[in-house]
Amino acid sequence: MAKPRVAFFEFSDCEGCQLCALDLTPEQLLDLVSVVDIVEFREAMTEKAGALDDHGDGTDSIDVAFIEGSINRESDVARLKRIRERASIVVALGACAHIGGINALKNFQSEEEYRKAAYPTDPYKYESTTAKAIGEFIKVDAVIPGCPIDTGEFLHVVKDLLVGHKPQVPDYPVCVECKLKENGCVYEKGMHCLGPVTRAGCGARCPSNGGYCYGCRGLISKPNIASQQDIMQKYNLNEDEMLSKFKMFLQRSKEVFPDDK
Amino acid sequence: MTNNVKIDVRHITRVEGHGNILVDLEKGELKECKLAIVEAPRFFEAMLRGRHYSEAALISCRICGICSVGHQMASLSASEDAFGIKISRQEQLLRTLLNVGEFYESHVLHVYFLAVPDFAGAKSVFPLVKTHKDVVVRALELKRLGHHIGDLIAGRLIHSVSTNVKAMSKIPTDDILHDIINQLESAKEKLKADVKTLNTLGAPEFERETEYISLYKEGEYALLWGDIYSSDTGIADKHDYLKMTNEYLVDHSTAKRAKHNRSSYMVGALARFNNSHKWLSPDAKQVAEDLGLKAPCYNSYMLTHAQFVELVHLADEGIAAAKELLGMNRQLEDRSFEVKACQGVGAVEVPRGILYHDYTYNDKGYMEKANCIIPTAQNLSSVEDDFRALIPMVKDKSKEEIQLALEMMVRAYDPCISCSAHILDVEFTDK
Repeated sequence: MAKPRVAFFEFSDCEGCQLCALDLTPEQLLDLVSVVDIVEFREAMTEKAGALDDHGDGTDSIDVAFIEGSINRESDVARLKRIRERASIVVALGACAHIGGINALKNFQSEEEYRKAAYPTDPYKYESTTAKAIGEFIKVDAVIPGCPIDTGEFLHVVKDLLVGHKPQVPDYPVCVECKLKENGCVYEKGMHCLGPVTRAGCGARCPSNGGYCYGCRGLISKPNIASQQDIMQKYNLNEDEMLSKFKMFLQRSKEVFPDDK
Repeated sequence: MTNNVKIDVRHITRVEGHGNILVDLEKGELKECKLAIVEAPRFFEAMLRGRHYSEAALISCRICGICSVGHQMASLSASEDAFGIKISRQEQLLRTLLNVGEFYESHVLHVYFLAVPDFAGAKSVFPLVKTHKDVVVRALELKRLGHHIGDLIAGRLIHSVSTNVKAMSKIPTDDILHDIINQLESAKEKLKADVKTLNTLGAPEFERETEYISLYKEGEYALLWGDIYSSDTGIADKHDYLKMTNEYLVDHSTAKRAKHNRSSYMVGALARFNNSHKWLSPDAKQVAEDLGLKAPCYNSYMLTHAQFVELVHLADEGIAAAKELLGMNRQLEDRSFEVKACQGVGAVEVPRGILYHDYTYNDKGYMEKANCIIPTAQNLSSVEDDFRALIPMVKDKSKEEIQLALEMMVRAYDPCISCSAHILDVEFTDK
């Protein structure tokens, strides 16, 4: 049986997720290249799969496309759709592709406002539009959440795909993992935390290292927003500040920002 | 091969993102030479506005996965400068260790995964698994060491968790510090084993003397604190960074450009080496000598070698920091301070060169204005000037040789990793 042909692509992002995908032990890398053919991966290799198209990508069909980054320009949509046409399976790699990520934070400002902040002398020089997740344009078959992704979870998803399973990510909140780690509750320290409504799978990494959860893995499918409000009341925390925490990664979540663009 | 060469390169990825190269050589005369950046702008300066000081580093580190810790260091330093906070010795040492992790991941990736395949005649590291397995295994171990240190000190390396204004929210145990010392000792041995590899590969001949700008501190190989130093004009206060960078926009690039005393200046490992080489550790100096790297070095291709030398130096610096921490009564520090309306500048060295963050806060500690000046953007004009100097040297060579010389030049600057992996699709037109 031919080895599955795997490719990596990126749009608007920091490429940190691809770096995490490469953070392998020598054994893991040797295993990986023995079971899949990596046919396109601009971050690590020169080759492309097939003749180049006008976006600079290859044109051959691929089995699995990992796509990192959000879509911040109309002109990137055609490239995204082309990749979808080439790929049997599309995996959203990381928060930007999955939920728009940090890029969507600018969506809370008017176009004029954010343009002037970055390019005060010539704000309309470059193309830019509302930052969106890739799933708002194409069908996405699986996601690897997080900013950045977890290397272990990446390998899990690859294994699932190799054996023909649909990759599953946890659909319970970060609080579950945090409790299993026996961490003290972040709210007890007087800080806000989005652990009660954020998708687990990170091992509660931030609360376990002195931080708090800011929702980079996206909401669970049935977030208990009422319970989150109860917690805020219990700890007498400011609602605006809490909403501000949700803005960092969750601008595209209709459950939190139903009226936003 | 005639002297008419037209190069139109689409998507060098991530020189601060996606970029193109355009070179037009007519009858041996250079008509056009551009490094065009066409990345979708992300507007981080806008995203930071209205955010609390406690989030500034969390947001700004997402500018770049490979320079994530560097952005955090610049961000924290800008906030601390603004609020008038002096960090403790313990905090300095913890940041030094985290920064060692950052440089290991970034430099190892560039030297071994992006530059070495070029020299070895391969198109990626993957075929080298078969032909140079020992080197690839060492490289993976060295790169993972960066992530490992990041995990131990700050929860993770990329977009680390425990960094905060004033003090970290995590303190390493003795076991962790001993582990880091052992691993850095072993990293030095691995690096020494590859001095020969690097020497066998060599570097193309090239020379263009230019202005070198880096962070500078008497007595230290300055990375996290110091003044700005220009090899042309000497020391400048970090608050005067705008006089050093003079950013401007060009039509062919969504990344801003910078210039100071000449049409361009260079930042990064070679600039640091040229400006601060005398404060490298003895072993790093020895490795520089073994690699034939002497200051001042005007060969941009040797930037890769300067990074390699820095890896040795950083191992020594990390070992010293971990040992000093072992001798201290380490404890979580109080992170409260008086919030006031203020403005401050952070200037740090990240793997690709000097990085500036400049923040203005209101009296509640929310950001009113942010400015970030990225090293790769500062280097873009220097790459173009190197192209102009390089093309006359190689114009009579074969298509493949010209292409490789240009590709390797851009890669030497390590503009931001994926760009370096696939720089050029060169199209030659014989007129």
